[in-house]
Amino acid sequence: MNRKLTELIASKLMLIVTVFSVSLVFIIAFALFQRGSRVLMQVSLYDLLFSSAWYPTRGEFGFYPFIMGTLWVTALAMVIAIPICLLSSIYLAEYAPSKVRGIIKPLVDLLAGIPSVVYGLWGVLVLVPFIRNYLAPLVGAKTNGYCILAGGIVLAIMVFPIIISVSEEVFRTVSNELREVSFAVGATKWQTVKHVVMRKAFPGFIAAVILGFSRAFGETMAVLMVVGNVPQVPSSIFDQGYPLPALIANSYGEMMSIPLVDSALMLAALILILVVFLFSVAARIVLLRIERRAM
Amino acid sequence: MLKPHISVQNLNVLYGDHQALKDVTVDIPEKQITAIIGPSGCGKTTLLKSFNRLIDLVEGVKISGTILVGGVNIYSVDVDVTEVRKRMGLLAQKPCPLPMSIYDNVAYGPKIHGIKKREELDQIVQHCLHSAGLWEEVKDRLKAPASRLSLGQQQRLCLARALAVEPQVLLCDEATSALDPVSAQRVEKLLLSLKGDYTVVMVTHVLRQARRLADYIIFLYMGELVEYGPAEKIFKNPKNSRTQAYIKGVFS
Amino acid sequence: MDRRKLEEAIFKGLMFCSIFLVVGSLLTIIGVVLIKGLPALSIQMLTQIPQGGYYLGKEGGILNAIVGSLYLAGGATALAFVISLPVALYIEEYAGRSKLADFARLSLDVLWSVPSIVFGAFGFAIMTFLGMRASLLGGIVTVALLILPIMVRAMDEVVRMISFELKESSYALGATKFETVVKVVVRQALPGILTAVLLAFGRGIGDAASVLFTAGYTDRIPSSLFDPVATLPLAILFQLGTPFPEVQNRAYASAVVLTVIILTLSIVSRLLTKKLTKYVVR
Repeated sequence: MNRKLTELIASKLMLIVTVFSVSLVFIIAFALFQRGSRVLMQVSLYDLLFSSAWYPTRGEFGFYPFIMGTLWVTALAMVIAIPICLLSSIYLAEYAPSKVRGIIKPLVDLLAGIPSVVYGLWGVLVLVPFIRNYLAPLVGAKTNGYCILAGGIVLAIMVFPIIISVSEEVFRTVSNELREVSFAVGATKWQTVKHVVMRKAFPGFIAAVILGFSRAFGETMAVLMVVGNVPQVPSSIFDQGYPLPALIANSYGEMMSIPLVDSALMLAALILILVVFLFSVAARIVLLRIERRAM
Repeated sequence: MLKPHISVQNLNVLYGDHQALKDVTVDIPEKQITAIIGPSGCGKTTLLKSFNRLIDLVEGVKISGTILVGGVNIYSVDVDVTEVRKRMGLLAQKPCPLPMSIYDNVAYGPKIHGIKKREELDQIVQHCLHSAGLWEEVKDRLKAPASRLSLGQQQRLCLARALAVEPQVLLCDEATSALDPVSAQRVEKLLLSLKGDYTVVMVTHVLRQARRLADYIIFLYMGELVEYGPAEKIFKNPKNSRTQAYIKGVFS
Repeated sequence: MDRRKLEEAIFKGLMFCSIFLVVGSLLTIIGVVLIKGLPALSIQMLTQIPQGGYYLGKEGGILNAIVGSLYLAGGATALAFVISLPVALYIEEYAGRSKLADFARLSLDVLWSVPSIVFGAFGFAIMTFLGMRASLLGGIVTVALLILPIMVRAMDEVVRMISFELKESSYALGATKFETVVKVVVRQALPGILTAVLLAFGRGIGDAASVLFTAGYTDRIPSSLFDPVATLPLAILFQLGTPFPEVQNRAYASAVVLTVIILTLSIVSRLLTKKLTKYVVR
């Protein structure tokens, strides 16, 4: 009757909307490829990825410095973030009294809401001078403060909330019985955490890290404001860098005026989305394998 | 036996590889209380939920056989599932109020089946809450959230809700096991009072409850129908040795 | 014995340091923004659009960016909501555990991780293809795409938690799947759905990379969907980049406004969640 018709129409409509949303990733990748392939007619893929020559007016497009810039900044961010987040989430899940937890957890979540321009602002106002005036001279490096290190630190802080909140939940899902078994044998709290809880929660922690990595990898604005934006392959964390997302953002003007730049940048965006895609899929596979072994 | 309301013929239910019901053939008499008893996992709930086709919702379920309700096979292809379910009221083990007010909980069923007029709904809500013995306690706060009621009250609300769609059969799945003794007793009294107007099928693992309430007994063991018949006969003189052992309390 | 305790003490110390660093960074960031931004904040800033010479330090305010951001984020959130809710409901209630559901979740997870600059580039590509210029509409659609996976994921999490018994109660009364979904599932999930919407709004209003190419920038408040629109993140970016300290101060003020909007949303969503849980079962 009428109800059956409603049910039918509603479910079909919802299916269509779902299919659309699910294909978005592919639509985007396809569109980027369409626009991006033009530049491939002039520059080979090998040159695009491995050449350091970025002279758009001369038609030379080499992404290598930018790719390296991205890798340096992201890797540094993860190196900083992982230990801090691991220790923080262990503290929150295992040691913190619930009142303390009740205060700190919302604060950490608040970090997630701060927009990237504000992070960048803070970076420019506080971090860059700090690196320039205190940190660099301490190690004997010379920099005006706008460098990979600044980018890495800002990125690390940006991924804190993601990794901590996911990890902390994972730790809490480890059943209390498991902990009790360890205590019953006479282990200290730390030993229990180290040997029992962390082992059980490991796949979840990896998932959190991957999530954080994805966010760090594509972050544009905050990094752009503090990293220096000089197209060179970095050789130290005090060097200036120019991550790929920053390049795309900065080149709006060139996109409209210099031929093929828009195509090259679309290709750069395509590279970003492909990396993210591969990472997501790889993460799923890794997670499934670890979980299967844990069983 | 009095006229059968539900007639099960050769019912087989498989959940994946596990056979929950094996070739069950049994009749449920009209306007009586029939209790399905048996040890845990013997298929009582599966049998009960096959009457309102809720087992359809389980993934990987395979059902074969016939269930006639008032002469019509509810598993035939051209039958409207929502109509079948309308004719069967369900009182689940755990009281499960819908996330709405008390009034809306009871009115939910009728509204879905097309009753829109405010006066009609008011009447139905009042009548059903009366039948469920809840009216006096909630008549002044019909708009309050149902979740604020006590467990016993929630279960009576679920009963009112089930009655609101005017079912012919009331299916009770261990309906008192989550309640305190006083509330449980109230629900039992209500079921007895409803007997004359509705066919009641109840699953219970409490033998004393079956003794108190049932007119008919169906005893299931490991998915098979072992014995069925009038309660007095089963309890005094069970024909099957397994039935005898169960009733004596050897295993429960 | 001693060594175990020592190890524990060391790690406890490290844990405190870590938490201190995390919370400390939050406080310094908000603190710096407030310290630098509050002095530059004035009624003028909040109620006027840039007048002539604004970018050289003269009169005006950031009303264009405030209203622009609200229009854009509001429109994007509404658009994303209309798509996200059916998708989240469909995946959980209709597709259940099928391969389609798994694939859908994976695809949306990937979309979730896609950097906002990629959405901006995509938006730009589509807009040039269609011959559109940077406008409010372009920004709305691009940001809607950006926040869609965030909304769907958050809604999906809530909808998944709804107990089967609750849905069974509805089916037992003879309701169809759609009726159950709309009248019971959505009601039960309402607080979570609201949180998802506010979460997505907060993300959408603060993002710069997606609107850089697609929304344009202007000193005026847009009067149609096809006008370019100013946004707070870009306002911050552009004002910061000028050599005039007065204008840079305004960047800080803009940052305060943006941060306050987002933080307020966060608090409001928490409060509303509590209020909406009135009817929710358990």
